[in-house]
Amino acid sequence: MKSTTCDATPGGPAALAAAHLDYLLRLGDNALVLGQRLAEWCGHAPVLEEELALTNVSLDLIGQARLLLSHAGQLEGRGRDEDALAFLRDEGAFRNWTLMELPNGDGRHDDYAVTILRNALASALHVALWQALTDSSDEQLAAIAARSVKEARAHLRHAGEWVVRLGDGTDLSHARMQAALERLWPYTQEFWSEDETERRVSAAGIGVLTASLRPQWEATVADLLTRATLTRPRDTGFLSTGKLGRHSEHLGYLLAEMQSLARQHPGAAW
Amino acid sequence: MDRAADSGGSVPIAADATQARARAVVAAVTDPEIPVLTLDDLGVLRDVRLDAGTVVVTVTPTYTGCPATGVIAQDIRAALADAGWPDARVDIALTPPWSTDWMSDAGRRKLRDYGIAPPGPAADGGGTSGNGTSGGAASVHPVHLVRRGPTAATAATGQPECPRCSSPRVERLAEHGSTACKALYRCLTCREPFDYFKPY
Repeated sequence: MKSTTCDATPGGPAALAAAHLDYLLRLGDNALVLGQRLAEWCGHAPVLEEELALTNVSLDLIGQARLLLSHAGQLEGRGRDEDALAFLRDEGAFRNWTLMELPNGDGRHDDYAVTILRNALASALHVALWQALTDSSDEQLAAIAARSVKEARAHLRHAGEWVVRLGDGTDLSHARMQAALERLWPYTQEFWSEDETERRVSAAGIGVLTASLRPQWEATVADLLTRATLTRPRDTGFLSTGKLGRHSEHLGYLLAEMQSLARQHPGAAW
Repeated sequence: MDRAADSGGSVPIAADATQARARAVVAAVTDPEIPVLTLDDLGVLRDVRLDAGTVVVTVTPTYTGCPATGVIAQDIRAALADAGWPDARVDIALTPPWSTDWMSDAGRRKLRDYGIAPPGPAADGGGTSGNGTSGGAASVHPVHLVRRGPTAATAATGQPECPRCSSPRVERLAEHGSTACKALYRCLTCREPFDYFKPY
């Protein structure tokens, strides 16, 4: 299909195919894991309108994940469909950023500030990422990106409004928003770390180096934080490694809840 | 059923006529969540063709995660089965991505009559991709921030009209409404709440 490009890639076609699959799993797992986290608010959100908002965002993300994982499964060619990839992989095989799997609060109490700020930070990147991927040489990925970018814009608008409302709100809401920012900010560094997977897919025109989207992300986020009267935390040396399959302690619990039904009833359909 | 009767005769039906009839059957299928809209009104019907006697329908999903997509495919197969094509196939095409700009004028009228404000123009021009690649930060900077307090001041941002009294004085109550595609608004003139089909 892309034989000329493949041959020019260090490591050859097999290495490129592996990187392509890995890249799709990263995109799909980011959507799936964040979608699952947001779905946890179902029945618990502070107001009905926000319950609908978060579950609708979750629905968009799970829809994206289904397309991406189906595509990954076809590309892999080992008969794994979206369900096999979502429900039958173990923790170490998931490739999402650690940011996506963090709990909706501090792990003991849900916190709307953490939930909504994560959506803002992630969707600010997804707007840029999906826009760039509409030019992917992988036509199916480009098609998924063209749809997803519209949804990411809506997610950013929703989360951005709340970041401003809460950040520039009462003393209490401001303090909680700033605390959420301090908690989540270190995990955004994982967006920018480059590795073989990213270098291979970007050289082949399938994907992009996420670091190339950083100026755009920084501009969006800086604007948001200014309006929200929040202070951008300093970058630390901390670097999470979820996209390499080395996760925080939180992903296992999330997967246990998400996967238990499908694993107890293998092959069940309803 | 009537197709079976038709083709039971000795005169073969022209493929074109059969195809047109299959298309009419599919086009009349309604959206499961907004039953006043047909698939034709909604603009999701891409193609209806005959492939060696099998009807093949191509539709495009609206929202990626829209739960209605699966139901729409089922309803199409059921409608075609009723019309005498029990083995129809429904394909899903992702490109070009659906946009609310594809909704027909008739569909917009029906929506308004039903009490749902029809969508304004899609923000990104809708339709096909490829309008600008990376671009500057400004080109993908959709955050229109709404602060608490006095509302209805910003009429510039494409607010809908009240579908009941046509007043432009409306306020948004919630970005996410009764389904994924709708927002909840209130008319400040007639005081009635209404759904707004969001531009996508």
